[in-house]
Formats: sequence, C-alpha cells, structure tokens
Amino acid sequence: MPPSDTPVNAESPGVEGQSLIVFDDVVKRFGDLTVLDDLNFSVAPGERVTLIGPSGSGKTTILRLLMTLEKITEGVIWVGGEPFSHMRRGQGLVRASEGYMRERRKRIGMVFQQFNLFPNMSVRQNITEAPVHVLGTPKDEANARAKELLDLVGLGEKIDAHPTQLSGGQQQRVAIARALAMQPEILLLDEVTSALDPELVAGVLDVLREVAETTDITMLCVTHEMGFARDVSHRVLMFDQGQIAEEGPPEQIFGDPKEDRTKSFLRSVLDNGF
Amino acid sequence: MWDFQWTLQILPDLLGALGTTVQITFLSYLIALVLGLLIAIARRTPFFGAVLHAATEFIRTTPLVIQLVFVFLLTPAHITPMTVGVVVLGVHYAAYTAEVYRSGIEGVAKGQWEAARALSLPARRTWGAIVLPQAIRKVIPALGNYLIATFKDTPLLIAIGVAELLTEAQRIGSASFRVVEVYTVVGFLFLLVSIPSAILLRRLERRYAAV
Repeated sequence: MPPSDTPVNAESPGVEGQSLIVFDDVVKRFGDLTVLDDLNFSVAPGERVTLIGPSGSGKTTILRLLMTLEKITEGVIWVGGEPFSHMRRGQGLVRASEGYMRERRKRIGMVFQQFNLFPNMSVRQNITEAPVHVLGTPKDEANARAKELLDLVGLGEKIDAHPTQLSGGQQQRVAIARALAMQPEILLLDEVTSALDPELVAGVLDVLREVAETTDITMLCVTHEMGFARDVSHRVLMFDQGQIAEEGPPEQIFGDPKEDRTKSFLRSVLDNGF
Repeated sequence: MWDFQWTLQILPDLLGALGTTVQITFLSYLIALVLGLLIAIARRTPFFGAVLHAATEFIRTTPLVIQLVFVFLLTPAHITPMTVGVVVLGVHYAAYTAEVYRSGIEGVAKGQWEAARALSLPARRTWGAIVLPQAIRKVIPALGNYLIATFKDTPLLIAIGVAELLTEAQRIGSASFRVVEVYTVVGFLFLLVSIPSAILLRRLERRYAAV
C-alpha cells in the first residue's frame, strides 16, 4: 500500500489553537536524497520566522511544501488547525486532492527568488489577475487595490509598465505587491534578494520591513540577509541536513549561537560578505 | 512557341482555381492551428497523451498523398472531395503544429507555472492567460512556415480530384497540349501567393523574435 493511502492520526498536533503552521514528522525525499528528515516545528499566527542554513539544508523545500509546489513524502503539515498536506476522510487522513490543496493554499502567498512575474501582462494585470479570477474581486476594486499596493512598494507610477521594462528590484517589489493582493495570512519569501544586484537589495528589504511592521501576516523567510533576519524576525531556525540544528530569537542565534554548526555557518556567511 | 494571346484566355480559369487553392489552404490551416493546439495540450495527460503521440507520429511518418486517397476511399460518396481534402490536409498539418505548440509550451519557464500555482489560479487561467500567450508568441514564426507548407501541398489534392490549381492546369494542358504556358502560369501563380506570405512571415518573425 503506498504511503499516500496510509491513514494517519487525524488529531491536530501542536498546542491547542496556538499554532498556525505545524510540521508533524515531515519527511521529504527526492529519490534517494533525503531533504527533510523527520522535521517537527510550528509557527504561531503573526510570527515571523527566518530559516537560515547552508544550501541544500532543506529550507526552500519547506516553503515549497507549504505552497504545494512539492509533494510531502511522509508526515503531515497542518495549517490553521486543519490538515494541509492531507485531508480528513472518516477517522483518518488521506493525501490532499488537487482541489483541496487549491482551496487551502489561497491563504498562502509566495515571493520567488526569480520574481516569476508574468511577462505577457502589465504590472496591473500581474497584480489583479488572481484577485479577480480566484477571489472574484470586482475589477474596479482590484485595480484600486493594485494601485494602493504599488504605492506601498514605491512603484505607483509603473502600473501600466511591463515587467521587462523594470529592473530586478522593481520586479521583485511588484511580485511582493502581487502576493499581497491575495491578502494572504501566510507569506513565504524564498531568497527574494538573491537574484538582485547588490544596490537593489535595500529597496526590496525596506518594502518587506514595511510589510512586517504594518501587517500581522505570518512570514516564513529563507534568506542570506542576516541583518534583515535580525531586524524583522521573531525567531530564527538554523537548518542543517534536513533538520533544525538550533532555534532561538535572532539576538541569541546571531549574538550567542550555541551549536558549532550554527557558528561555522554564520562565520562562512559573514566571510562571504553577506 | 509561347502564345500570349492564349495564355490570357486561360488566365481566368486558372485564377478561379487559384481561389479554390487559397480557400483550401486557409481552411486546412485553420484546422491545423486549432487541432494542433488541442493535441499539444491533451498530450500532457498521461494515457490519452501517449495515444495522441503515437497517432501524430503515424501521421507525420506516412505520405500525405496516401492519407488523402485512403480517407477519400473510406468516406461516403456524398462528402465532397473538397471537404475530404481540407480535413485530411488540416489533420495532417495539425500533427506538425502540435509539435510546434509543444515546444513552445515546454519553453515557458517553470517559474511561470509555479507563480500561477502560488496564486491558486485555476487551470483554465493558467493555460489561457499565462502559458499559451507566452508559448504561442514564441512559435508564431514556426507556425507560419506551415501555412506556406500547407499551401504548397494543396496540389496533392489532385489525387482525389479536387478542382484546385494543378488539377485545372492539367485539364487545360491535356485539352490543348500547350503545357508550357499552363504550367508556367501555374508556377507564377503559386509564387504570387507564397512570396508575399513569406515576406509577411519574415516581418512577423522579426516582430515576435524579441520577447
């Protein structure tokens, strides 16, 4: 019997009503490669969590599992007290159907390393496409909201531009506006400044600081920008080989790391001029 | 000897036949464009996709003229040769345009699909508003080449007796024994259509090349 049909305990784990996201014994393998190894962690509503660690440690996979861009191998992910990677059937859980996932992931937004704006659409259409066609927002309302969001990211005058006419930093700010237009409860940020020229990084991070300060969106952020991680996050998770090597508030992780793996990772990141 | 007077006399008949040829070309091409796109999309489904793949490979690896005669002989008599010709030519080239669309679809960056998924866009919007506009834009020049190819293959319809340009030329030629004039004019008439089309395609290509 394939693991997808194995009934799993349908009791929601985690502290009662306290956790928005729960990873419950999550395993993710790509072929023989184990990327996430029996991972357990939870995120509280409104919490901003930064994931750090060497490349290949599984940070991005966590975001991709939450966005349903990858399928979980074992374990269960819970969002808002309800199963997310699975769905309830009778007393147990079965693997989530495409329709179930589509419904559940509407409350989750993602910003990608490579922006992934739609090049065949204007900035306005990029932002209004999902609100209009997924949430059923009237066009006028979606347009007005797009304008507000573009003002927030400092690109109000670019509403009719096409993505190809924008710099990388501007494209990424539009991508942030596009994700926010869906009014997500959870925002996933996947190395959003890694593809940018150094002089464009600050503009994008400023926008995200603003979002962090002015909203209560729960944020999961994979980044190499340690200064940004220190400023905005409530908690830092240090990953190594698919497991959490160390976790704690940013002051402790960056100021007084306990684990050798954390120390050596932070040293290598700082040496590389990040 | 070349007889100008006589050439002018046969011109109206040949032009009329050219009209039929152009009509066949456009109707077949329309079928090829629409059906090819549907095949390219359907080929991404597991089982049906494999069946379609085998079918399109079969069409691509057998001669068009045999397909024409074969289907013509199998269809009931009340269906005109013209209809058979248009459909067979259209389906034949759909097998080719499907490949073109497929390469265009595969050329759309993975990140585009992922962004569409991250926004929870339904499949209809993902295809209709994001993937296909980008894919088709890239393959317009390649699709255009098949318009010219379709046009140049219309004379094969002579095999099932459709009164297109070559059939008409053969009729006039065998009735008058003046084959030089007839086939020269036919050749020019083909050029008259294909050269402007080629120029138009070159322009399209230049316009859509830079994405």
